[in-house]
Amino acid sequence: MSLLSNTAILLDKELRTEFRSRELLTTTAVFILIVLVLFSFAINPGTEEARQFAPGLLWLAILFASSLMFQSCFLREQTNDTLSSLRLAVSDPFAIFLAKLIANTLFLLLTELMMLPFFAIFYNIPLWSKLPVLILVLFVGSLGISIAGTAISAISAQARMRELLLPLLLLPLLTPVLVVSSLVTASLLDREPIVQWKGIGFLAVFDLIFLTALWLFGEYLLEE
Amino acid sequence: MGKRIVLGAVAILLVIAAAYASFYVAPEERTMGVLQRIFYFHVASAWAGMDAFLLCFIANLLYVWKRDQKYDWLGVSSAEVGLVLTTVVLITGPIWAKPAWGIYWTWDARLTSTFVLWLLYVSYLLLRTLIEEPERRALLSALFGIFAFIDVPLVFFSIRWWRTQHPAPVIMGGPGSGLDPTMNKVFLFSVLAMHVLAAFLIVERYMLEKMRSEVDTLRREAEAQ
Amino acid sequence: MTALRIPPTGLRFENIDKRYGGLFALRRISFEIAPGECVVLAGRNGSGKTTLLRVAAQIVKPTAGKLSFPGADAALPANGRPGYVAHTTMVYDELTAEENLLLFGKLQNVENPAARAEELLREVGLMERRDSLVRTFSRGMRQRIAIARALIHRPSVLLFDEPATGLDPPGITWLANSLREVNRAGCTVVMSLHGESEISALATRAVQLDAGRVIADTQSGASLHSILTFGSA
Repeated sequence: MSLLSNTAILLDKELRTEFRSRELLTTTAVFILIVLVLFSFAINPGTEEARQFAPGLLWLAILFASSLMFQSCFLREQTNDTLSSLRLAVSDPFAIFLAKLIANTLFLLLTELMMLPFFAIFYNIPLWSKLPVLILVLFVGSLGISIAGTAISAISAQARMRELLLPLLLLPLLTPVLVVSSLVTASLLDREPIVQWKGIGFLAVFDLIFLTALWLFGEYLLEE
Repeated sequence: MGKRIVLGAVAILLVIAAAYASFYVAPEERTMGVLQRIFYFHVASAWAGMDAFLLCFIANLLYVWKRDQKYDWLGVSSAEVGLVLTTVVLITGPIWAKPAWGIYWTWDARLTSTFVLWLLYVSYLLLRTLIEEPERRALLSALFGIFAFIDVPLVFFSIRWWRTQHPAPVIMGGPGSGLDPTMNKVFLFSVLAMHVLAAFLIVERYMLEKMRSEVDTLRREAEAQ
Repeated sequence: MTALRIPPTGLRFENIDKRYGGLFALRRISFEIAPGECVVLAGRNGSGKTTLLRVAAQIVKPTAGKLSFPGADAALPANGRPGYVAHTTMVYDELTAEENLLLFGKLQNVENPAARAEELLREVGLMERRDSLVRTFSRGMRQRIAIARALIHRPSVLLFDEPATGLDPPGITWLANSLREVNRAGCTVVMSLHGESEISALATRAVQLDAGRVIADTQSGASLHSILTFGSA
């Protein structure tokens, strides 16, 4: 019970600090936009094959963007050693992770939704009719990215070369998310759309496994 | 010391014997010919490498639980040996694939997940070089090792179910697959030889890491004076 | 400051070791602080004062040994959680003074956090700046909000790491008066200090550390003075 109330209080703090500056949201959205534009130069977006590649590129852009976005997740708790005061104040340190990963998922989802219209226009892929399922796919995928990303950013924040280290540790770990969500999105946006429930289920399993691991081992990540 | 020399000698003899067996004892495969003989080395390395990573995972868990630095030494030793063995897999794979399938690299589930596994443990070793303080290094790398290992089945099945277009594995690939009995014996012997070699390397690497850690502590003590 | 509702609590270190990479930051620390005592930790930089306070604050886990709070009421979890003021503010620069206090108050299940936050803001003299972001604060104001955060859950043990840092002379007088009041109300105070000041005058006992060990522990006035002035010249 106190885990949930602590999480809610901390989530309020995460959202409040972010929406005050909106630094993370704007920079991440612009980053995704840049990558999508650059990809459209690297491949010819008008062709039929591009339709197959585009969802993968979208997820690759999200993956890279997330590894930039999560940099500050634990780093900014170091400025005034607020991580220690949080650890002293919460009854379960898992609340710290839970609040951060919910906030990260929300931020990621928000930037993705901002970028979807551009994606649809650049790659000439109509999304409107499949939007609810697409949002579901974006959600389960981004949740997985955020769970693993929050855990890894707690590690990288305590090492040297942390800006470089975070993507190095995180991206290989996210291989399953990239493989499955790209394919599920591609078949969803195909001329004859198919909803791959098995893939969506697999992503949910990924989320569940990493959430359990974080619940079991999270407190050790914050040890001093 | 004596035991380690014996283990080393046994490991080398077994590997030589396995190499002999795979060239002269095992029958020639009909379609792939002499080339197929790399299979004994390739798959045996893959299995031994996987078991080294499993050992690393167990050591990581034990470190988080017991906080004894010998589990940290075991973790780094088995990760390095596992990495060497998977490197062998990734090199012998293309050597075999080119003449057999006409391409060096195929994105099949086993090869690709071995590659992702290799990347994950390269990251694990890299992370270790970037944390100065020994306890923190041991704890954080152990935790990353745990996350990396639980990721392995997810990587494998995501690629197998959504990416692969390849035939079922020959060994333990369900009904219809199977090896000639002599091939099977040679194969299992190679697996044993690679495991003994891996065990020998892990023991040696462990002793080295132990010494390194002791020297490091002495150096820190000297600097603190 | 506000009267304590929780029973006075002491602090006991039993054979505390803290090792970093084979080196001892603390070695076999064993002493007890009685409920209501006001103790100064003295010693050079790197002697282990900060580590010992962080162990007492339960931020740092000792490698070996036991930390306990004799007299603490197990039914009140906040009782075993000392209030800790570190070198850093331990509050968020991007939140206002009031938001910070509300955050830490709510997290620790403080009764009526809004009223408690207001009470503390008044006590530390930040009432007019309650809606300003901490980022805009001066050093002295930052130290005041740090102290308010440490007091939010009405701890019965207070740990201060160099509390006078960043405070101007009126600020030091204010801090000394506040500490005296808290201490009189039954709160145990442990602080690390450099040299003598209005604040060190409150101390009834001094413990001196060197290379992670306790090398002196005194309650007599004269040796208290000599420990406090040791190495500060």
